[in-house]
Amino acid sequence: MSTVAAARTPELDVHESRDARRARLSAGALLVALGAILAILSTRTAGATAYALSGYFDAVQLPTVTVPAGPTVIACAVLVIASGIVFLAGRLPAGARTAAAVVGGIAVVLGFITWAVAGSQLPFQVSNQFAGTIALATPLVLGALCGVLCENAGVVNVAIEGQFLVAAFTAAVVGSVTGSTTAALFAAVLAGVLMGAMLAVFSIKYLVDQVVLGVVINLFASGLTGFLFDQLVQPNSGDLNSSPLLEPIAIPGLSAIPFLGPILFNQTILFYLAVLSVAFVSWLLYRTRWGLRVRSVGEHPEAADTVGVSVRGMRWQAVLLGGAFAGLGGAFFTIGSTGAFIKDITVGNGFIALAALIMGRWNPVRAALMAVFFGFVTQLASQLQSLGTPMPSQLLLMLPYLATVIAVAGLIGRSRGPAADGVPFVK
Amino acid sequence: MTNATTGGLRLEGITKRFGSFTANDAVDLDVRPGEIHCLLGENGAGKSTLMNVLYGLYQPDGGQIVVDGEPRTFSNPKQAMAAGIGMVHQHFMLVDVFTVAENVMLGREGAFVLNKERARARVREIGERYGMPVDPDAVVEDLPVGLQQRVEILKALANDAEILVLDEPTAVLTPQEIDELMGVMTALRDEGKAIVFITHKLREVRAIADRITVMRRGKIVGHAEPGTSEADLAEMMVGRAVDLRVDKAAAEVGDVRLQVSDLRVTNVAGVVVVDGLTFDVRAGEVLCVAGVQGNGQSELADAILGNMPVASGTITLDGRDITRANPHDTIAAGVGFVPEDRQADGFVSSFSIAENLVLNRFDQPPFSRGPALALPQIQDNAERLRQEFDIRTESISAPLSSLSGGNQQKVVLARELSRDLALLVASQPTRGVDVGAIEFLHRRIVEERDTGTAVLLVSTELDEVEALADRVLVMYRGRVVGIVPPETPRDVVGLMMAGVPYEEAVASAENPTPRAEAVATQGAAERGEHA
Repeated sequence: MSTVAAARTPELDVHESRDARRARLSAGALLVALGAILAILSTRTAGATAYALSGYFDAVQLPTVTVPAGPTVIACAVLVIASGIVFLAGRLPAGARTAAAVVGGIAVVLGFITWAVAGSQLPFQVSNQFAGTIALATPLVLGALCGVLCENAGVVNVAIEGQFLVAAFTAAVVGSVTGSTTAALFAAVLAGVLMGAMLAVFSIKYLVDQVVLGVVINLFASGLTGFLFDQLVQPNSGDLNSSPLLEPIAIPGLSAIPFLGPILFNQTILFYLAVLSVAFVSWLLYRTRWGLRVRSVGEHPEAADTVGVSVRGMRWQAVLLGGAFAGLGGAFFTIGSTGAFIKDITVGNGFIALAALIMGRWNPVRAALMAVFFGFVTQLASQLQSLGTPMPSQLLLMLPYLATVIAVAGLIGRSRGPAADGVPFVK
Repeated sequence: MTNATTGGLRLEGITKRFGSFTANDAVDLDVRPGEIHCLLGENGAGKSTLMNVLYGLYQPDGGQIVVDGEPRTFSNPKQAMAAGIGMVHQHFMLVDVFTVAENVMLGREGAFVLNKERARARVREIGERYGMPVDPDAVVEDLPVGLQQRVEILKALANDAEILVLDEPTAVLTPQEIDELMGVMTALRDEGKAIVFITHKLREVRAIADRITVMRRGKIVGHAEPGTSEADLAEMMVGRAVDLRVDKAAAEVGDVRLQVSDLRVTNVAGVVVVDGLTFDVRAGEVLCVAGVQGNGQSELADAILGNMPVASGTITLDGRDITRANPHDTIAAGVGFVPEDRQADGFVSSFSIAENLVLNRFDQPPFSRGPALALPQIQDNAERLRQEFDIRTESISAPLSSLSGGNQQKVVLARELSRDLALLVASQPTRGVDVGAIEFLHRRIVEERDTGTAVLLVSTELDEVEALADRVLVMYRGRVVGIVPPETPRDVVGLMMAGVPYEEAVASAENPTPRAEAVATQGAAERGEHA
């Protein structure tokens, strides 16, 4: 019997899927092209590039490393091309490909910086690069978590930007009036939740198209904060727009580690909250009853309904909880940075958070990593600008967005979200 | 807890209206523990509505539900489940990306932090107890349909269901899987569960029902004993005598029109779905492609139409290579196509009937004049086809969505047959169509054959294959298992649909080793797929 069965079991001929193949080949081609560009740039690179590992005011001063620019760029170009070839070659274990991606990615960044900074009077501030990355990534991570919660429950949230904006405004005003950053943080969270409630009411109860609704909420937030700012806050900016700032909290012991200590363990409460939130949301979504139900209503609401899970209830809860994270993220722009609100202070960060969410494929950890990546590129652009590089500054400002497009189109490929994302549930 | 006098389920005078339409009209039904009660009726007879009322998904406009002697009202499924009612839905209510254990635990997870180990143990325990093991860690979307259905049943049983409703459970299964399911149902009945088995397939009813209730147009029209003949059951179901066989003369086979050689097609995920297929269809014959859903038949049809890229091999029509032709060219070359999913691919439901009837020819004379549509001709065409194909509608200007499933399919067939064809490719032409319309559609397909068109008919219904085929090509995992005459016994074709070669199938059909053989084969095949 078993021999018959075995003889009859046809081998299923599984090829690499078309999508995977396309993603692999385009990633490989992209790397080879970048390597070629670096190689061309290396011919015009003269002098040396200095990397300062410590900031001017760090307690422990690490040495400044100076490398000959031309050979370094060449070496990077070779590494990038080699890793591109690994991708193009195919038939290699996944581990080799991951290693190639890491090596290639680092070599691209290193080669690019070396070229851009070559011959500059000032060294490239490595610790500044990482510190800035973390600062820029904090609100992005929190915003992306908001999106992760909403969209896993099946509610598309393009209103993160609006939630940021209102929360930023609220934090600034409440912080100024009360003089307490704690009160400001709570107020920001409340503002984020209320904006979430607005999204929930119209998308879950009144079944409004969620993308259009998100755009409307963003415009509403911009108009509302702009109006209140002009009419109320601007005339009394001393009383209403001079909030105290969140102070960095040094974690005893850890903050004394050279290089990493000041970057990771001497940050404001928002950074620590963001890190904890990633772990918390991850636990909540994948390890708890609540998360199982949230994901089920995002994937197959009818199935959830037939086993007695309240689809609308779960969606409401997820959107409101997401609002709390967006509120924290919004607070960063005022009390986590300058303490004062200006119009449209969030400048599109909510949309970058949305991009991080999608590139992170609706997974909290991956979304957070993508947010960090965006933070890194943005910080790189602003550093290079101040160092006076051969690239025009306008081009540098495009860098983060260029990176987004390349990453989405080439490296990530098609990604699959929750099946019922954006589909209203009608019973 | 339950006994013969008070136990089980009674529906008394259930009425459910949607607007002016009465889906259930004072329906009475009683189901006792330890019996399989068949609810028989055509699509749209109101069976599913009735069961959704029972399950708390709809609120009845009249009547009451009595469970174990107590009148109950269910305002949501949770209450119905709490009363011991379990439902296996026609469209599985499973979250595709969850594991089996996660699907079974959803809605009754216990503590806030998930205890997946306990859920796994529960799945194993129930699976073993009722003889339907499933790997609790398998992700549902990776499972074959038969196993997915098993998960649905496990879900209900995990909830201690005493009354189990199976809504058209056999529509998606192979004959062997159907046998297995019947075995499971019998075992559950013997355990004392009350089972409501909803179907429109007469053969199954006769095989397993303890009692039969027939519904038509929202009403109970009668009860029948299990021994009732198929013809009588069909008459009760449709309301008039139905000829279940298709009258057709022997095929007058001509030259080869469609020639498919060594065809390979891969799907978007890169899996080879049609694997080295070689066959031909001659003028004036119907070649039926039989097989269980998802064995490459749909992709074969799409590849012939030009809707799916061909990886290798050739397709020729009347000697002309159409391997790489796009649908526009294949249609022009004389291919008529009745798609499997008519809602998605067969028509534009918001367009009028007249517009849908020229969807494949609106850009050619006489239906267009330069860039403009020739509206009078389109109207005339529609009127003529409406007569010819007996499309029941108030007006040809009505949107297609206003028609019943059978009439929608008549529109599709009318459109495809209203021109000279070299080849008709029809996928599941009678799926979801009422018995009366099936008769008509079958007759039209045979008439088309008799004009010298080659007909390639894809069907998962053995009844349909038997009725129409001149030759039967059995497909399994993208390959040809064999090409056999239509008189081949049903159980042989059934085994072939599970991948058993013809000779072996004949041998095991003649000395029927019990189901174990087929089950083992299938199990091995399933494991092979995931290895």
